[in-house]
Amino acid sequence: MRRRYRIGVLYSRLRVEEKWIFAALERRGVDYERLDDREVHFDLSRPGDWLTFDAVLERSISYYSGLYALRTLEGWGIPTVNTARVAEICGDKWNTSVALERAGVPQPRVRLAFSVEAALQAMEEMGYPVVIKPVIGSWGRLLAKVNDREAAEAILEHKATLGSAQHSMFYIQEYIPKPGRDIRAIVVGDRVLAAIYRNAEHWITNTARGGQGTLCPVTPEIEDLCLRAAQAVGGGVLGIDLVEHPERGLLVNEVNHTTEFHTVQPLSGVDVADEIVAYTLEVARQRVMEQSL
Amino acid sequence: MSQATCPECAAEIALQASTEIGEILVCPDCGIDLEVISLEPPMVEPAPMEQEDWGE
Repeated sequence: MRRRYRIGVLYSRLRVEEKWIFAALERRGVDYERLDDREVHFDLSRPGDWLTFDAVLERSISYYSGLYALRTLEGWGIPTVNTARVAEICGDKWNTSVALERAGVPQPRVRLAFSVEAALQAMEEMGYPVVIKPVIGSWGRLLAKVNDREAAEAILEHKATLGSAQHSMFYIQEYIPKPGRDIRAIVVGDRVLAAIYRNAEHWITNTARGGQGTLCPVTPEIEDLCLRAAQAVGGGVLGIDLVEHPERGLLVNEVNHTTEFHTVQPLSGVDVADEIVAYTLEVARQRVMEQSL
Repeated sequence: MSQATCPECAAEIALQASTEIGEILVCPDCGIDLEVISLEPPMVEPAPMEQEDWGE
């Protein structure tokens, strides 16, 4: 008899993506549990009911909550989507850059500095404008386009004085004059499901910041680049952001490990939520098979 | 359709039949993010403030 898999979904907010994921789980008749990350806690020596899950899908909005949950679950031998390692890489922009570089995946030029002085020197060498990004955080928040040295000095001073320790990691990226858009592609496993252009007159094109989506055909180039990027960070369910450089072509800008797809799914007609559920069930199936060997 | 009251500005907010506990709504009057905490009776409270490590 075919075994029913039990799936946990760790989440923070019931966004439309989570509603679609829960609906897909229910359509498939999956035995699943909703795990609000504000209500759970982990007793390390007593995993208890956690061990009833064949896999846990992590959809926390908080990077650290999600990461620590993943580490705990993996420590107990419970498979997760995505893995803790993928979250560690994707949740930190510098870790992502290092992984992409190591895999030879094209990306914007980027430097990291630990002091205001070193950051200024890096920016002077790169030439203005440059973009300063927090290494942790998303939705286009706290990005700064720095047009000249005076602006650089002011922003760096603010970050060093007002920011937490992670704001003293100065992640400095070349500014790319995008053609009013970037690309978000959804990768699940070894497939690129769909992609959209995120159009905006502002240089920040995130849909969370008002960027408008239109369908983007998944060309062989986009497919190849996205799969290489996915592999570079460890694979799984990923939202990959590409920018079109006027001379160097497509570059991978970011990889998101708890990707949103509120715009991709309706525009593409691809049931991304169901694909994520299918992938999670496959992870569960593999675990059960391994246990039975 | 049921009605909840915004705790910030007292506006009446319509909850659709498909609304679920935990869902985030935006108050049409004051614009604050509200989290649905109960369906029977319909109740909402201000959603948690965005944290630095939030994202996707």
